[in-house]
Amino acid sequence: MLPLSRPAPASAGVTGTWRTYKPVANLQRCIDCGLCWLYCPESVIDWEKGHKIQIDYMYCKGCGICADVCPVKAIDMMPEEGI
Amino acid sequence: MKALTVQKTSLTGNYAVAYAAKMARPHVIAAYPITPQTSIVEKLAEFVEKGELNARFINVESEFAAMSVVYGAAMAGARAFTATSSHGLLYMYEAAWWTALSRAPVVMAVVTRTIGPPWNIHVEHNDILTLRDAGWIIAMAETVQETFDLTVQAFRIAESAALPTAVGVDGFVLSHSTEPVEIPPQEVVDKYLPPRRPDVPMLFRPGEPVTFGNLPSDNKIHARHKVATVYEAQQEAKRIINQADEEYGRLTGRRYGGLVEWYRASDAKHIVVCAGAWCSDAKHAVDSLKARGVPVGLMRVRFVRPFPREEVAKLDQFETVVVYDRDITPVGGILGLEVKAVLTRARVVNVIAGIAGVDFDNRHFYETIQNAIDGGHRDLVFVV
Amino acid sequence: MSFRIDQLPKKKYVVPGNAACAGCGMMIGLKILGMALGEEAVLTIPASCAAVVQGLAPKSGVAMPILNVPFASAAAVATGIAEAYRMLGVKGHVVVWAGDGGTADIGFGTVSGAAERNSNIIYIMYDNEAYMNTGIQRSSSTPRAAWTATTPMGKREKKKDVALLMAMHGVPYVATASIAYPQDFYRKLKRASEMEGFKFIHLHTPCPPGWRHDPAKTVEIAKLAVETGAWILWEYENGQLKLNPPSTIYADKTRRKPLKEYLKLQGRFAHLTDDDVKMLEEEIEAKWQTVLALAKALPQRP
Repeated sequence: MLPLSRPAPASAGVTGTWRTYKPVANLQRCIDCGLCWLYCPESVIDWEKGHKIQIDYMYCKGCGICADVCPVKAIDMMPEEGI
Repeated sequence: MKALTVQKTSLTGNYAVAYAAKMARPHVIAAYPITPQTSIVEKLAEFVEKGELNARFINVESEFAAMSVVYGAAMAGARAFTATSSHGLLYMYEAAWWTALSRAPVVMAVVTRTIGPPWNIHVEHNDILTLRDAGWIIAMAETVQETFDLTVQAFRIAESAALPTAVGVDGFVLSHSTEPVEIPPQEVVDKYLPPRRPDVPMLFRPGEPVTFGNLPSDNKIHARHKVATVYEAQQEAKRIINQADEEYGRLTGRRYGGLVEWYRASDAKHIVVCAGAWCSDAKHAVDSLKARGVPVGLMRVRFVRPFPREEVAKLDQFETVVVYDRDITPVGGILGLEVKAVLTRARVVNVIAGIAGVDFDNRHFYETIQNAIDGGHRDLVFVV
Repeated sequence: MSFRIDQLPKKKYVVPGNAACAGCGMMIGLKILGMALGEEAVLTIPASCAAVVQGLAPKSGVAMPILNVPFASAAAVATGIAEAYRMLGVKGHVVVWAGDGGTADIGFGTVSGAAERNSNIIYIMYDNEAYMNTGIQRSSSTPRAAWTATTPMGKREKKKDVALLMAMHGVPYVATASIAYPQDFYRKLKRASEMEGFKFIHLHTPCPPGWRHDPAKTVEIAKLAVETGAWILWEYENGQLKLNPPSTIYADKTRRKPLKEYLKLQGRFAHLTDDDVKMLEEEIEAKWQTVLALAKALPQRP
């Protein structure tokens, strides 16, 4: 009766193609606080307390908030290849 | 099979709406006052406050809010009712279109009233007819009894067709006229109206992440939805309306004939077409003309939407079709235009009369019908 | 009630690959909303960035039940849903997630109406301080002096304080919040969900394209808004208004960071002179005086 939508990734496409900088995490430095996970506006950081983080580069838009909020600067924003 | 505990009383058109809406057991009512609709809303408020009607009555801050509230309630699976007129309808216009394309089965009484400026509280049909392109089902009542019956039927029609339904009650001439009414027992109405299915048009509940209304990835999705809703669902509604009329007739003894009502047309050469309360006056004129040997009958349009194309096509068998419009547009009368678009043989005379609340009674009908048949009128006539 | 970050739900209420701009402040807010009420709430979303970030149908970039509604109607539609749920015995919260445009301007009538009726909804106005969805045109919630596409010389009028207006309706709960303080926002969402009646939360959400800032600095800028006193965290509950930390510190204007630190990160304020900044600081102090006076004047409950 009505065209309905359901939650799914890529509702705006493969948004990883948007970025010009990508976040690279130095897990040695990471203190497992979870702030980057909390503040990532795209939900592309997965965090398990005790297991630190993983970033989904398929959809990461490269905003840099994770690097900015990290209290120990464990994330660097590196230029994407080809930029 | 007529029920034995029918209540016979007399009511105004507005009170008939209120009683019918009450008996339909709506869950949510939201309306903003506007003359001449106000007594519907006041009566319903009274029913709720006295505990006679178990519904949520929301005093909204505008008609736009009224339509939005009943839209929300309907999308959440509730039976919802509102009422308005004229400028109030214009104020809720965006929400009314949104409601139709969402297939929310809202029921609304429109007490027809002139659109200004200047301010004018009297009858005219332009207001309710502004809904004709949006996908609403639009019915026009002739008598207080039919007002009651159509209001009850509207809930069944709206929920079966999954289209919002408006019942037109002509301002003052019907809304404030007192006529005898037969009210069926509550059991009959309960039997007639199937329970409100919460998944029409969608199931909207916490914990079930479904979304409606975000931009489509392919506009064809939207286009197809429009065809299905604005056109196809209307065709489907014709069957639903006829069935609703038949079933109501079985339960109460009153059948009206579906989308249109034919009046003394079987032996006629000429036919009058009209909608709304003034059809009683037109019928009176038809009776007088027939008594003097003029072979004229009448087709009363009960449902402007869905457009009764099949019935209108039958008008080609007549020599003259005199279509009365209590509305005006830059292209002529709305009913006149739509009827003319279907016919290929009959001579159509469109009479625009009674707009801005100007009185138009059986004598005026008599005169203009006679003139139209005699060939004295051109295609488009203004009686102002 | 505070939370430990690792105890928050991991379910992705904001789904990756949605249509939001990189660094969108609003999405952080939506995440917190999901974590607080995701399984118990339905959303009505009017025309706004929020309507668009859901991405393209038949997909949705937000994992909650959403009804998209006409621009000015969200509070009224939410009222209808809440009343229907009440009649039908459906448990859950009806939440409006609307922008400053749809709340302070075109939607103000329906918001005020819902508040006056004490309709049982949670209304969250996420404030990116302009009509961002249509390309950065000013709203009544745009701060004074800010550049927007329709105020290229800087907005002449001051920012309309919607939260205070809502408090003046005398509703059960009104609060301001910021995406830089997710614990505070989460607590306020939970608090609101425990009450019946009309609850309003005014959420500050920086916008990189609209405010002309580095998308990495969204959280930093939201924090500076509070630390400079430009954004005040307060809570109004049952007629009583109080400040929330850390705004409790910034009641003392000597403790506030210089406003320049907040402004200089945003291109929309790049044209400001020192005199402009001084004027804005004076305005901020005047607002503080109002809020502090209200905190004193409003009846205290035991």
